[in-house]
Amino acid sequence: MEPNPQSEKWPLWEVFIRARQGLDHKHAGSLYAADARMAIENARDVYTRRNEGISIWVVESNHIHASNPSESDSLYDPANDKVYRHPSFYHLPDELKNI
Amino acid sequence: MHSSEQELFNHKIDQEVRIEPKDWMPEDYRRMLIRQMSQHAHSEIVGMLPEGNWITRAPSLRRKATLIAKVQDEAGHGLYLYSATETLGITRDETIEQLHAGKAKYSSIFNYPTLSWADIGAIGWLVDGAAIMNQVPLCRASYGPYARAMIRICKEESFHQRQGFEILLTLSRGSQAQKEMCQDAINRWWWPSLMMFGPNDDASPNSQRSMQWKIKRFTNDELRQKFVDVCVDQVKILGMGLPDKDLKWNAETGHYDFGEINWEEFYEVLKGNGPCNHERLEARKKAHAEGRWVREAAAAHSMKKNNLNTREIYGTQSAK
Amino acid sequence: MMDLLTTYILHQADNALILGHRNSEWTGHGPILEQDIAISNIALDLIGQARNFYQLAAIRLNETDTGQILTEDDLAYFRDAQEFRNLVLVEQTNGDWAKTILRQFYFSTYQYLIFAALLQSPYTGLSAIAEKSIKETRYHVKWSGEWVIRLGDGTEESRRRIQEALKGLHPCIPEIFQAADFEYEAASLGIGILPEQIKAQWYEQVNEIFITATLPVITPEKESMQVLSGKNGVHSEQLTELLSEMQVLQRTYPGCEW
Repeated sequence: MEPNPQSEKWPLWEVFIRARQGLDHKHAGSLYAADARMAIENARDVYTRRNEGISIWVVESNHIHASNPSESDSLYDPANDKVYRHPSFYHLPDELKNI
Repeated sequence: MHSSEQELFNHKIDQEVRIEPKDWMPEDYRRMLIRQMSQHAHSEIVGMLPEGNWITRAPSLRRKATLIAKVQDEAGHGLYLYSATETLGITRDETIEQLHAGKAKYSSIFNYPTLSWADIGAIGWLVDGAAIMNQVPLCRASYGPYARAMIRICKEESFHQRQGFEILLTLSRGSQAQKEMCQDAINRWWWPSLMMFGPNDDASPNSQRSMQWKIKRFTNDELRQKFVDVCVDQVKILGMGLPDKDLKWNAETGHYDFGEINWEEFYEVLKGNGPCNHERLEARKKAHAEGRWVREAAAAHSMKKNNLNTREIYGTQSAK
Repeated sequence: MMDLLTTYILHQADNALILGHRNSEWTGHGPILEQDIAISNIALDLIGQARNFYQLAAIRLNETDTGQILTEDDLAYFRDAQEFRNLVLVEQTNGDWAKTILRQFYFSTYQYLIFAALLQSPYTGLSAIAEKSIKETRYHVKWSGEWVIRLGDGTEESRRRIQEALKGLHPCIPEIFQAADFEYEAASLGIGILPEQIKAQWYEQVNEIFITATLPVITPEKESMQVLSGKNGVHSEQLTELLSEMQVLQRTYPGCEW
C-alpha cells in the first residue's frame, strides 16, 4: 500500500517558557509533536536543557491568531495618542515622594 | 502600495530594525533566507553524524557524556533553525525533502570522515571555531527569527569549542601515539575548515546581496583571515603545527599570510563527490524512512484520542 | 576480592551505563528530531547515574588499599563481560523503536521502584544517588510508558512491532526478580532490598500501561529460571560486542589520559 504522506504528519506547536517565578511566559520557538503531552515533554527536552524553565505552555501553531503588521497603524496609533496613560505626562513637585 | 512597502523594508534594514515573519519582504530576500537558514539547519543535523560516530567509542565516561551533550545540542540547533525557517512559509518536511533529493546543500565539512578520536577534538576546535566565527555576526541578522535562533545557538556553542580544544590538549600531553593522533587529525581537518568560509570574495556571487540585506555581516575572506590569525596562536599551546608551509606573519598587514586553498577539492565535495557525501545522506534518508511507522503510529493514536474526547464532550449518537 | 556491597553498587552502575550506551546509539538516527533529543537526554541521565555509582564503588575499593587507585573509568573500561553485573535486559540491541521503548519502560519502571526503596537506605552513599536520580527516572517511566501506549494503540504496524518486542524481551524479565548474592547481602544489611519485594508492584504498573495500550497483560511465570543471568556475569553475546566497541581506545592504549 502506498504510504500516505498525510498519515505521518504531526502538528507544529509553539512553545512558551516561564524561566522563573515572577516572569511572563516567553515565546521560545516551535517543534513537532503528535499530541500535547509529547509537545510539553519535547519542549522540556529542547528548550529547558540548561534549566531554563519552570513552566511550559504549548499551543498548536494553527491556534495562534496574529495581528497583521499592516494593521498595526490602526491597532496601535490610537494608543500612542493617549499620552496621559504614561506617568511622564504628569508634572509633580520634586518634594513629592513615593508616588 | 508596493513601493512604500519596499521603502519601509529598506528603511528597516538601514535602521537595523528586525524584519519579522508577517512583514512585507522582497521575494528574493525570502528565498535567500529560506536557502541559507534551511541549509544551516541541515548542516547541524548532518553534522551530528561524524561526531555521533564516536559516542560509543568515547574513551572516558566524562568524554562520553560531554560528546552526547554536544551532539544533542546540534540536534537542538537544527531544530531552532528549522523552526525559524518555517516562519517564512515552508515546512520542515519540505526542506528535508530537498535535502534528501540532493537539491539542498549542507556544510561540506561534514562530508569528511572521522578516523580517530582526535578528530573529535579537531572538529570541536576547528570546525566549531569556524562556525562560531560565522555565527556570531548572524546574531544581528536582519531577519528576527534567524537572529533569535542564532543568539540561542551562540550561547550554547561556547562549550563545544572548549571541549574540542581540551581533547586535543590532553592528547598533546599524552603518549607518543596520542601526540601523533593529534597532529594527524589537525593535518586532515585544517584545510576543510578554511573552506567552511566559502569561496574567495571575488568568486562568491551571493555574498554581495546577502551583505546588502544584512543577512551576512562580514565577507568570506575577512572571516577566514580572522580565523587563521586566531588558530595560529592557539595551535602553539598545543605544541602542534598547521599543515601549511606558506603560513607566515605579515608585519605590513598585521595578519598571517597563508597558502592557497585547493578549490578543486572544495567544488568536488560541494558537488557531492566528497569522501562521505553518499554515506551521510543515506544515513539521514534511512533514519527518516525507518521512522515513518513511528510517526504514523503517534499520529494515529493522537487522532483516536481526539475522537474519543470529542465523543466524551458531545456524547455518542446513540446516547438517547 | 570485591565485597558484595560493592558488587551491589556495580550492578546499579552497570545497568545505567549499558542502557545509556544503547540509547546513545540512536543519536542522529531517531525517527524524528525531537525524539532524537529526548532519547539522548535519557542516555545522559543514565550515564550520569552510572558515573555516580562507579565513583561510589571506586571509593569503596580504594579504601581496601590494594595499591592501585581506581577510577570510574577503570571500572567501566577494564572489566570484561563476565565481570559486568547488569541485567541482560539492558544489553539487548536497540532493534526498532518499539523494542527500544519497551526495554526502557521495563527497566525504568524497575529502577524507579529500586530508587524509591534506596531513598530510605541508611547507607548515605546509595540514598544520595537515589535522591538525585529519582525525579529523572520518574520522567523516564512516564516518557516510555506514553510511547508504549502510542505504539500499542496506534497503527496495525506499530501494534505488530511492539508485540514482537514483547515476545523478544519476555525472556529477560525473570532475571530481574531473581536475587543475586549481592542483593541478599544488601537486603540482610538493611541497605538495599530484594527485587522480589517490588515484583508485584512492577507487574501492576506495567500492566496498567499495557491495558491502556490495548496490549495483553503479562504475568509472572512460575519458577522459570533464566539461563542467562547478567547479574551473575552470565551475559549474551551482545554485551561482549558492546564492550569491545566501548572499551576499544582504553584497551588499545592502556594507561593514557583522555
